[in-house]
Amino acid sequence: MKHKSPAQWFGLALVALALLALPLVLTQVGTAWVRIANLAILFVFLSLGLNIVVGMAGLLDLGYIAFYAVGAYTWALLASPHFNLHLPFWVILPLGALCAGLAGAVLGAPTLRLRGDYLAIVTLGFGEIVRILMNNLSAPFNVTNGPKGITRIDGFSVGNINFSASDSLFGIAFTGPAKYYYVLLFLLLFVIVVNLRLQKSRIGRAWVAIREDETAAKAAGIDTRNVKLLAFAMGASFGGVAGGMFAAMQGFISPESFALHESIMVLSMVVLGGMGNVWGVIAGALLLSFVPEFLRYTVEPAQKALFGRLLVEPEVLRMLIFGIALVLTMRFRPAGLWPESRHKREMNEGRA
Amino acid sequence: MSEVLLEARCVGKRFGGVQALKDVSLTIREQEIYGLIGPNGAGKTTFFNVLTGLYARDTGDVLFGGQPLQLGSPHLVARAGIARTFQNIRLFGNMTALENVMVGRHVRTHAGVFGAIFHTPAQRAEEAEIRRRAEELLRYVGIEHRAGDLARHLAYGDQRRLEIARALATEPKLLALDEPAAGMNATETAALRQLIEGLRTDGLTVLLIEHDVKLVMGLCDRVAVLDYGEKIAEDVPAVVQKDAKVIEAYLGGSVG
Repeated sequence: MKHKSPAQWFGLALVALALLALPLVLTQVGTAWVRIANLAILFVFLSLGLNIVVGMAGLLDLGYIAFYAVGAYTWALLASPHFNLHLPFWVILPLGALCAGLAGAVLGAPTLRLRGDYLAIVTLGFGEIVRILMNNLSAPFNVTNGPKGITRIDGFSVGNINFSASDSLFGIAFTGPAKYYYVLLFLLLFVIVVNLRLQKSRIGRAWVAIREDETAAKAAGIDTRNVKLLAFAMGASFGGVAGGMFAAMQGFISPESFALHESIMVLSMVVLGGMGNVWGVIAGALLLSFVPEFLRYTVEPAQKALFGRLLVEPEVLRMLIFGIALVLTMRFRPAGLWPESRHKREMNEGRA
Repeated sequence: MSEVLLEARCVGKRFGGVQALKDVSLTIREQEIYGLIGPNGAGKTTFFNVLTGLYARDTGDVLFGGQPLQLGSPHLVARAGIARTFQNIRLFGNMTALENVMVGRHVRTHAGVFGAIFHTPAQRAEEAEIRRRAEELLRYVGIEHRAGDLARHLAYGDQRRLEIARALATEPKLLALDEPAAGMNATETAALRQLIEGLRTDGLTVLLIEHDVKLVMGLCDRVAVLDYGEKIAEDVPAVVQKDAKVIEAYLGGSVG
């Protein structure tokens, strides 16, 4: 794995170049698409975090978006006029990850003996508890500003460079979203490396062992309680980072951004892409982020061209196609588009 | 040879109305191959599960190397030095054979999340050592050629061997094998016997549950017989074989 051929290096360089040029190209199509790309990257963060819990450790978590909320609110409360705090990103982002990780451990502790369906129900409840808490924590002390949400959140800034404003460098104009794209890309690189390294580590093996057979894992000497808590906390901290960046990018957050269907969306990404395989999960997250947006922009013109008028609302059709695609995938590729075991065999062939 | 390694005192376990184990006491000496036999449902596997911490016991104590064993937490039992295999093989099916054994090293290694993320020198050295030991153990049980294959793709006999290798990876003093010869043909059983004898030569103590009477009688230094949760005999195989109670338990002598 470590030694790559020149052709592979060339391929990697091409991918890197394409990723770097992407926002400039997308800006030509419309800044909205850069924003969509940014949100897609955030969903990759979330999927990779959930992949640790669901994919590696095999713990079905339906309330994962709660950690996204914790990260987002950590940023929003510490960098906005709401409390008149304006802490720098290198304080809030790690703090958000920490808070989310703690929330993960808090969720993990009482659910250690639960598995499968029962765990899913409890985590689902937890997700809702966090959302409702954010919704109602405006009295007697106004902490979260309730359903009105928090506005005028500070953007991401390093020194004098504010990532929310447009700028130009070497004569090329970079919009705010394009600049965020590069921050996110950098963070994404870090998150992917962390995920890959965890997967191939002692801890990662323990997670997979618990997924495969918890009793055998215990007998093989794994302290399943601590290792499962660690999975919850690690997975949640990824969500916390994503949440912080979300708050910084949007400048506004409210509890409705963290509803149940977002949890289900992230879970779909993990399952569709291939549980446990980092690249599969990334592919799943990108696919489920971009395809619906793509449909949003094509469904209406396509109907107008075909029938002369709008027969079905784009939103309805979008979800319909989306649902059919998911059903078909699960029918014909139940392990996901890019499952783990095949990936493993490829790795082993590469090593032999 | 005669040092006591494990001493169970009056171990009892009840499931609802069934007394699965009743005051079972036995001692296993170092470097001994100790057989535990009995008819189906006699409580052999229950004793294993109590011993390795999967079930909490109702009564009794277990001393291991002179220290009371903290039963009820399997990973602490593994750390203390008791490793086991399962009657119905329990491997990590979607992990490779090598990874299965590497998991067994977990209890003797320390690298955490920080080391994994930043690939610290200590973590890299430990990881290389884990891999080296795992490869060594696969060679020891004779399945090194299957190292890269998923555990569930291995042949039955190889899966049994892999499970033993994973147990050995935890560096046990006592290896508890739950019917390792079940489903094996004569050739495989002979090879297994050789493997177990080799383990003893290398300093291990073996606790063996087995139905294959020929294997038990030929291999074990001492044998205990369980019937309805009670120990009805404990001695060298030749004596146990002639014990009236044992013959009754196996052949149902009370009929007449």
